Amino acid sequence: MLQTFRLAMKSLAGSKLRSFLTMLGIIIGVAAVIVLVSLMSGMTNYITDSFSDLGTDQISVSVTNTGTRSVTPDDMYEILEDNSGLLLELSPTVQTRGMVKRGADSLSTTSMTGVSEGYLDIGALELSTGRFLTYSDIVSEQKVCVIGSYVAQELFDGEDPLGQTIKLNGQPYTVVGTLAEKADSEEGSSDDCIYLPYSSATKLAMNSDITSYTFIANSEQMDLAKSVLESELYAVFLNEDLYTVTTLSEMLEMVETITGMMTALLVGIAAISLLVAGIGIMNIQLVSVTERTREIGIRKSLGAKQSVILRQFIMEAGMQSSIGGILGIILGSVLTTVASSLIGLDAPPSVQAIIVSFLVSAGIGILFGYMPAKRAARLNPIDALRSE
Amino acid sequence: MGVSEVRREAQPLIDLRDIYKIYQMGDMEVRASDGISLKIWKGEFVSIVGKSGSGKSTMMNIIGCLDVPTSGEYILDGEDVSEMEDDELAEIRNKTIGFVFQQYNLLPRQTLLENVELPLIYAGVGRKERQERAMASLEKVGLQDKWKYLPQQLSGGQQQRVSIARALVGNPSLILADEPTGALDSRTSRDVLDFLKQLNEEGNTVVIITHDTSIAMEAKRVVRIRDGKITFDGDVKEYAANV
Repeated sequence: MLQTFRLAMKSLAGSKLRSFLTMLGIIIGVAAVIVLVSLMSGMTNYITDSFSDLGTDQISVSVTNTGTRSVTPDDMYEILEDNSGLLLELSPTVQTRGMVKRGADSLSTTSMTGVSEGYLDIGALELSTGRFLTYSDIVSEQKVCVIGSYVAQELFDGEDPLGQTIKLNGQPYTVVGTLAEKADSEEGSSDDCIYLPYSSATKLAMNSDITSYTFIANSEQMDLAKSVLESELYAVFLNEDLYTVTTLSEMLEMVETITGMMTALLVGIAAISLLVAGIGIMNIQLVSVTERTREIGIRKSLGAKQSVILRQFIMEAGMQSSIGGILGIILGSVLTTVASSLIGLDAPPSVQAIIVSFLVSAGIGILFGYMPAKRAARLNPIDALRSE
Repeated sequence: MGVSEVRREAQPLIDLRDIYKIYQMGDMEVRASDGISLKIWKGEFVSIVGKSGSGKSTMMNIIGCLDVPTSGEYILDGEDVSEMEDDELAEIRNKTIGFVFQQYNLLPRQTLLENVELPLIYAGVGRKERQERAMASLEKVGLQDKWKYLPQQLSGGQQQRVSIARALVGNPSLILADEPTGALDSRTSRDVLDFLKQLNEEGNTVVIITHDTSIAMEAKRVVRIRDGKITFDGDVKEYAANV
């Protein structure tokens, strides 16, 4: 076995350029598998992480109020109270966009969300200074707001924002609290936000209908909570098309399914390149068998059995693809590290992908090396000796 | 000197009984070996001579267990090899026969020592013993100092000596030389022939296949082949008188 190994090494070293070119297919294939799988799984982790930041115990309800059938925040709060063990928290959400102004400074990308006092928990928000919205702010439609770190930084630039007034779509609001940085305090990030009482927000949005609610449910009983909400809403609307109830974990599953499919697709493409590489190895081994017919003849005349010749050629092909696989792993790992740091994604080279792609590449060499090796083993020593 | 001096045991080393080798070339039937019977005893020095196309290569292949006859029996060292499979023949070749080829047939990328070791590798001899025996064999042909060389670094005569060393290393019962001087000039041919003679004097059975009458006459016994049949088999002196 050791002897065969040395022989194979020698033979590969004897034609370095050809061996390298043959390996190149495997190298590229393996590197591609590793880079794609690693980056995709890094991406998937990134997405699922941002979802779980929001909390997987959230249930979003969106309704379409009609003239005859509608729900109000009070109806929703009643549902919350009726199912107190199951549903833990509720906030109506009124999403609006517009101009945020303080003196000459203005922001236009800021998301303004009308919420209830419960949203501090629901949105997993953290206060930096001041206070969050209170029940009385909501009941009395106070013009107060809590601002994200990006807004504080842009409009106040080091000044204390508490008690100051900013204009939301021209209306003066008093800042009562600031939020801790959640993302990276960039424009459009989750720090570019303002929360205000939903009762005030409906006025700001000039739309008195509240169509969106966010619940927090007991995370152990998400499915039950969802079906309870659905049946409560059905009792009001008597029409399933007028409301939708979505849990975040469902959306997460959807995202995971999609990224899983993309991963499979990309790996499939990379696998095809490995297959092509395998055929390349087979091709080169066939040429090699033809070229070395005389050598095979000599070996057979001196007493080499078919199995010995078979092993020798399979070993050569297997080593070729294994060395290619190792080089591919190194290349793939380096590329993954470089690419992920360039994109700013946390994507370490996937150990799973490394192991699988190495085994596959070694296997491909052996599989595709078998046919040429068999041909070599079966050569008739007389014909083989006669060949020049 | 002559055939008579070899002590003829009851059982010959090579016993070809009514060997036929028939090739089908389209509609034509070529009888490369047309009913050959031949016995060669241990310790003999025999040359098989014939023109190209006479069937001597077929004889060489069959005697060397590189090929099996279409019909007939071949008993080599007491074993019937005429119907053996590829792998069984390989084992017989490995254990019983030492080949010396016209083109030396050394592996170009292996050192002399590795080349001589080859038959022992296939015989499953351990590394240490293998190297010792290969070295001893190289010493016998006077090339032990060059064991690290590659074949193409040597002259033709030296390469042929390496191939003789390789043939000897496994202690075969038969040394089978196929046109051993075919690629050599007359002086180195002489060396190689003398060496083969010496091996015979040491008790080895040597069979030379050649087309060259003068080389055939170096042996003690000559077998002439024509059209797949033996047309002469006897002492070299008798053959010389005949030619």
